[in-house]
Order: sequence, then structure tokens, then C-alpha cells
Amino acid sequence: MAREQHDYDDIPGTFVFDAERSRQGYGINMFCMSLMKDGNRKAFKANEAEYLKKFNLTPEQTDAVLKRDYNRMLELGGNIYFTAKLGATDGHSFQHLAAVMTGNTQDGYAKMMLGGGRGIEGNRSRSGKNTPSKFLSAAAAKKPAGAKPKAKSKSKSKSKTAKRKTAKRK
Amino acid sequence: MARIIAGVGSSHVPAIGAALDNGKTEEPYWKRVFSGFEKSQEWMRETRPDVAIIVYNDHASAFSVEMIPTFALGCAAEFPPADEGWGPRPVPVVQGYPALASHIAQSVILDEFDLTICNKMEVDHGMTVPMNLLFGKVDKNSHWPCPVIPLAVNVVMYPPPTGHRCYMLGRAIRKAVQSYPEDLRVVIFGTGGLSHQISGPRAGLINSKWDKNFLDNLSKDPQKLAKIPHIDYMREAGAEGIEMVMWLIMRGALDDKVDEVYRFYTVPASNTAVGHIILENRKRGVKTATKHKRAAVRAKVDRIRG
Repeated sequence: MAREQHDYDDIPGTFVFDAERSRQGYGINMFCMSLMKDGNRKAFKANEAEYLKKFNLTPEQTDAVLKRDYNRMLELGGNIYFTAKLGATDGHSFQHLAAVMTGNTQDGYAKMMLGGGRGIEGNRSRSGKNTPSKFLSAAAAKKPAGAKPKAKSKSKSKSKTAKRKTAKRK
Repeated sequence: MARIIAGVGSSHVPAIGAALDNGKTEEPYWKRVFSGFEKSQEWMRETRPDVAIIVYNDHASAFSVEMIPTFALGCAAEFPPADEGWGPRPVPVVQGYPALASHIAQSVILDEFDLTICNKMEVDHGMTVPMNLLFGKVDKNSHWPCPVIPLAVNVVMYPPPTGHRCYMLGRAIRKAVQSYPEDLRVVIFGTGGLSHQISGPRAGLINSKWDKNFLDNLSKDPQKLAKIPHIDYMREAGAEGIEMVMWLIMRGALDDKVDEVYRFYTVPASNTAVGHIILENRKRGVKTATKHKRAAVRAKVDRIRG
């Protein structure tokens, strides 16, 4: 059955771990959970394909795990907090995984984070919904008013701040 | 009567815990993060709460995908640190406060918030990192300065509870605390966030403008924050940034009017924007106090903001 469509499918580069993926990816995530124990980590590393048989993965899921295709694991129901345990089992830092998922080098990814991270502009929507959230834009409009709060609040037909001020004086 | 006196918001980045555990706090990268919490630790030492309620989320430690409770309240006498794959963090076992916890459970369930009760639970970095940031480093064989009631919120599987639901649960917790007969001063923590995405090709997303707006409105207009739909959190603050809803439980548990006494924000810690805020309920009587007294309160706020 095709995946149900959701508003958040419009967010680029993102696989939201929803109830459907949680069900679909149960095996991947339980496999990753098993890697919290040292004995299991060793058994997995000794024979990966054999170890995975215990978790009833689909052929696509098995393939994604064996290939360490982290984005595909997420798409097929893996959750990042779980798949990170697989990365740790391989001896990788989280930034290594982030670099793999973003198609960057680890160094390049680390530099991007130090420079303030990936910017939001152009990264909101696949379908061009690039206007900032109204919860953000309202504050952005309010912000410059900080310099001259009185003048602005009068022009805005008694804003909340103006009302509050009057209330305080009483 | 017990009462909530203040709220603390804090990120819980696991790498902060690792930096602390591995003695990296003096490295310039980490010093930038830890120095932002020095004043907070001073505040915490002065405030000396009797109990802390810590709203946090578990990261595939105590809850895997076998059970995913939306709200789970820790009513146990103690909560050992979880083994997250590298051995448990070298921090003391967290002592609970079962009497108040079960009182809160009973009160909020009758107020129609259907909590899961946990009488046995391990806690991961989601809780112990904010505790370290506010209480400082505590030796494994020593004790945390106060008992803690953990409230675990599902923010791993979509959908987490809505921001509005979180805010209203906070209010129910406030009412529950106020109806507890023992004279206790309680601080409530909201943890997680701020903007970050750690999964998929968009990983590394940070939105400082969003974060600042969120911090501003915690004191100014929390009702507005409570209306933010999930899609906006995920689009603007990252797929994992949605955990910011946990801060709204903390905010809902405070009075309508609060004083912001401290704030800290820095980018990045690992993959995340670190945000931190301390909000105090106004002391009783300040409302009718003289101008002189109000000025004294403001002076105290300025001093701690320093």
C-alpha cells in the first residue's frame, strides 16, 4: 500500500518518523536497540547478514543496513536515535553519520555547523512554500519596533503592548 | 503548601554530557557552551529548590519502539542512569520524590491528562545533561542536590503531544503541586531543543531567528507559542527541533506573569542550537508592592543578567 501523504512530506531532505514508519521500521529499530549490548555488537560484526535474520526485515531494509545507507533506513522506518547505535557500533561519531546523510565530508559538515549550521532560507519546502511561519514573521515585524515602541503601537490600532501599559498604570 | 517558584529551559545535547564526562570543558569549543551556564549554577545554588520536576525525553534508552507513552511520570524512589551504548554516564543515581509524584499523577489524571506511571525507569542524557548544566558536575558517588520527578514526553515518534496540550498539562501540574500539603519549593525544567535536525539530507539545520523568537515569547506571549502547529516546528526548527514543545509544559506550570532572569544562546553544540532560560514567578505581594520594592526586584534581575 502506498504511503499516506502528509503536510510534512513537503519538508525537503526529511523523513518524519511517524506512526506508519514506526510500524514499518519496527525490525530495523529493534535490531539497532539490540546493539546496546556488547555481545550482540560482536555477533553482528561477526556475520551481519546472519544476525539480521532475527529481526524480520524486508529485503530492502536488510540491504539498506548492510550498505549503511542511512537515508534509506530512515525512509524505510528507521529512526535516527536508533540508527545512530549502528553508527556507534561501527565506531563512527555522530558527525560522520550526519556527513553521510547530507552527502558532505565530515570536515565539510563540521565546518558548516561551526559557521552557524544549515540556513533555513530555501530549506523550508519542496513545493516553494518558503514564506516563514507566521509565528516567526509576526515577531520579526514587532522586533524593529523595539526602538520606538510608542509610535508603532499607536499606529497599530492599540496593540497588546499598548493595552498592557494602560493596565499597568491603573 | 508546595509551590512552583521558577522554570528552567535547557538543551540536552548528548555531546555536552560527553564533553563533561571526558574532561573537555576547558577546550575553547566547549568552554563557550559551559560558560553560559555559570550564572545559572549560581542561581540554582541560591534558589535551592526542594524538588525539581524535569520534563525531558528519552532517546531509545528506557523506551524503545515496543512502548511509546506520550506522557510518562516517574514515581519511583530512584532512577538509575541508562546505558546508552557506552556504559551509563558517571553521574549519581537520581533520587525521586514518590509521594509528590503520585500526588501529581492522581491530580492530573483526574484533570483528564492520561499519564503513564513509571515505577521503574532508567534516565538517559535527555535528563542528566540539563541536570549537569544547572547543578554542575556531581561525582558519581555523591548526590544530586535535590530529588527529581521525571516527566518523559514522546517527541521521538510523530506526533508528539501538541504545544497546546503541553501547555495545559503544565497548568494541571501547577494546580497539582499547589494542592500538595507539604511546604516545598519546586523548580520545573523544560528541556530539549532548540532548533536542530540530525536526520536525513537536511541535517544540520539551525534557525536562530526562530529560536530567539521562541525565547522572547516564553515570557511575553506563551499563549501564542502554544498555538504553533507541529508542521511549523518541523519546517522551521528541524525534524528533531519539535522537542521544543516540552518547554511549554514548563511554561504552563508557571504563573501567567514571569520575570526572565537569565538567558543564554549559542550555536552550535555538536549539531544543535543551545538555548537556555530561567523564568521566575513573581514573589507574592510584588504586585501591590511599592515602586521602591519593584525597583529592587529589577535590580536583582539586572545583576543576574550581568
